[in-house]
Amino acid sequence: PAFGLFLFTIARDPLRIIILIAGAFFWLVSLLLSSLIWFIAVKSSDPRDERLQKGLLIFGVMFSVLLQEAFRFLYYKLLRKAIEGLVALSEDGCSPISIQQMAYVAGVGFGLMSGAFSMINLLADALGPGTVGIHGDSQLYFLTSAFMTMVLIFLHTFWGILFFHGCEHRHWWEITAVVVMHLTVSGLSFCNPLYVGSLVPSYLLMAAAAAWAYLLSGGSAQNLRRFLLCES
Amino acid sequence: MITFMNNSDSEEEPCNERTSLMSAESPPVPSYQDGLQTSEAGEAQAHRKRRAGSSRSPNNTAGGERADTRVPVRESTLENEEEELTLKYGAKHVIMLFVPVTLCMIVVVATIKSVRFYTEKNGQLIYTPFSEDTPSVGQRLLNSVLNTIVMISVIIVMTVFLVLLYKYRCYKFIHGWLILSSLMLLFLFTYIYLGEVLKTYNVAMDYPTLLLVIWNFGAVGMICIHWKGPLQLQQAYLIMISALMALVFIKYLPEWSAWVILGAISIYDLMAVLCPKGPLRMLVETAQERNEPIFPALIYSSAMMWTVGMAKPDTAARGQSQQPWDAAEDGREHHRIPSHTDSQMSEMRSPVPTHPITSLEELEEEERGVKLGLGDFIFYSVLVGKAAATASGDWNTTLACFVAILIGLCLTLLLLAVFKKALPALPISITFGLIFYFSTDNLVRPFMDTLAFHQLYI
Repeated sequence: PAFGLFLFTIARDPLRIIILIAGAFFWLVSLLLSSLIWFIAVKSSDPRDERLQKGLLIFGVMFSVLLQEAFRFLYYKLLRKAIEGLVALSEDGCSPISIQQMAYVAGVGFGLMSGAFSMINLLADALGPGTVGIHGDSQLYFLTSAFMTMVLIFLHTFWGILFFHGCEHRHWWEITAVVVMHLTVSGLSFCNPLYVGSLVPSYLLMAAAAAWAYLLSGGSAQNLRRFLLCES
Repeated sequence: MITFMNNSDSEEEPCNERTSLMSAESPPVPSYQDGLQTSEAGEAQAHRKRRAGSSRSPNNTAGGERADTRVPVRESTLENEEEELTLKYGAKHVIMLFVPVTLCMIVVVATIKSVRFYTEKNGQLIYTPFSEDTPSVGQRLLNSVLNTIVMISVIIVMTVFLVLLYKYRCYKFIHGWLILSSLMLLFLFTYIYLGEVLKTYNVAMDYPTLLLVIWNFGAVGMICIHWKGPLQLQQAYLIMISALMALVFIKYLPEWSAWVILGAISIYDLMAVLCPKGPLRMLVETAQERNEPIFPALIYSSAMMWTVGMAKPDTAARGQSQQPWDAAEDGREHHRIPSHTDSQMSEMRSPVPTHPITSLEELEEEERGVKLGLGDFIFYSVLVGKAAATASGDWNTTLACFVAILIGLCLTLLLLAVFKKALPALPISITFGLIFYFSTDNLVRPFMDTLAFHQLYI
């Protein structure tokens, strides 16, 4: 689905593609830094202590989430500057792309990259021979991973919109809400393999974020109804 | 943008081609525009110079061609529009370059992942004489550094040789050389590649069919690249050649040498293009002095601009005058990113006036392509291919390098728009790529593996 999003909405406009790739890049850099921290922490700690390792892992995850949001903020700043440049350069005084579109594209960029990193090795291994969950792990590993990844990609997209909107209008509570949501989702994934605990709330959160983002982007129940009934 | 040339060393012959980058692509245009429309050309050039388009080189050579047709109407509004158009066209150009680079990388990665041949070590090129199978780390490092020095010096020698040839107008020799190397590339390497792919997928093919296929492929390729042909086909062939060359490099360069060579090549590129006495810069300047197109070979052009005159007679005259330059990039306004291509000849397609444009508006749309040297394609693909081949993190590393290279390309094009002269396309992208490769392989991979093991998501 994310790829479909990409095809339909982003692939037309070159500027959006650039913003997308730059968004992916920023996510990548944040991942890099967070894994650097985690790596240092792991190397400097006792590898045999299971609890410590798990604790470090959790710490790594949280830290990574925070870093991602920080980078989202940095990216927002960069895009603000870019928009000013674009406005100055454009013919009729308005930018060829609005900040909301940028927010959307940036969110998709982040989401695609994070989804790709989560899924792609899994997919590559899935092509090969083997049985899922042979060692007593869940048999639904691939399925749940796929769903989780999808929900995460969508969430990133919505978070992008919410985040940028919050930054634009200085609604700090929106920004904190995004961060808290992200932390929650990551934390929920700790419940794995108890999938009920992680997937269901994540989807609920995603629905909430979707509705919020939709409303923020100027949609309304009326629009939705009109769209669905194909009225003009 | 300058992309330097790489010598493609094949184990068979030292058919190294260096194509230095060509920053000013359109030197020739002014020259023969002069013959046609002197006054307009003058205006066009002036006005082209002001054009912010990323495709302009300071010499405004590129602008000349196109500009002439549009000059009368545009003159006044150009100044203002120039700035505006920069970014608008900028994004489009970037995408026009993203797509072929991405395609090339996809081809290389797909081949590396599926065909085992290219990851086996079957010997080395003569240009990397030192082996890396040494027991100690220090020895291995030393050998790779020595390999790099040998390779870079070969490249420098070839570039200087080419520049000298160009200076002394030995065009026939250069053309012959380029034709020979592209011949070899198209036929021999394609044969090997096809053989390996068929072996991997266990498809039987008899020799006559193979001969037919390769003959057709090669012949059409030669025509397309060196003479005229549809733009898409030419681009496709250039991408294929770059991919083949990159595969050869990936196979035959030993591990550490490959990375050190990549680093050294980007430094060399930087110096060769930007230093006043650098060979590539001299090449560019000589070509600009003579108002000739810098070597049409070995450059990928994202758009063809036809320099079609306003009136029909102009078109005919132009068409004729274009013939002598087989690889002329007429009427192109692009910035070029010269690059060397290893024995690849990608001649720019001679602009064939396929559609006689007689109106300014039509001409307007065709403008602005961007040129990137094929050597750049090759080295980007080598980086990504090596990442795919040797990284234990597999796809994550490959993906990270891919994004890094694209971002580097973006930044380079941005700089090109700012500076408006030939720039090396390699350094930024390769630096990003290398950083991301090493960091992703060593830092991110354990992290992601652990996360995936516990099925945690960040």
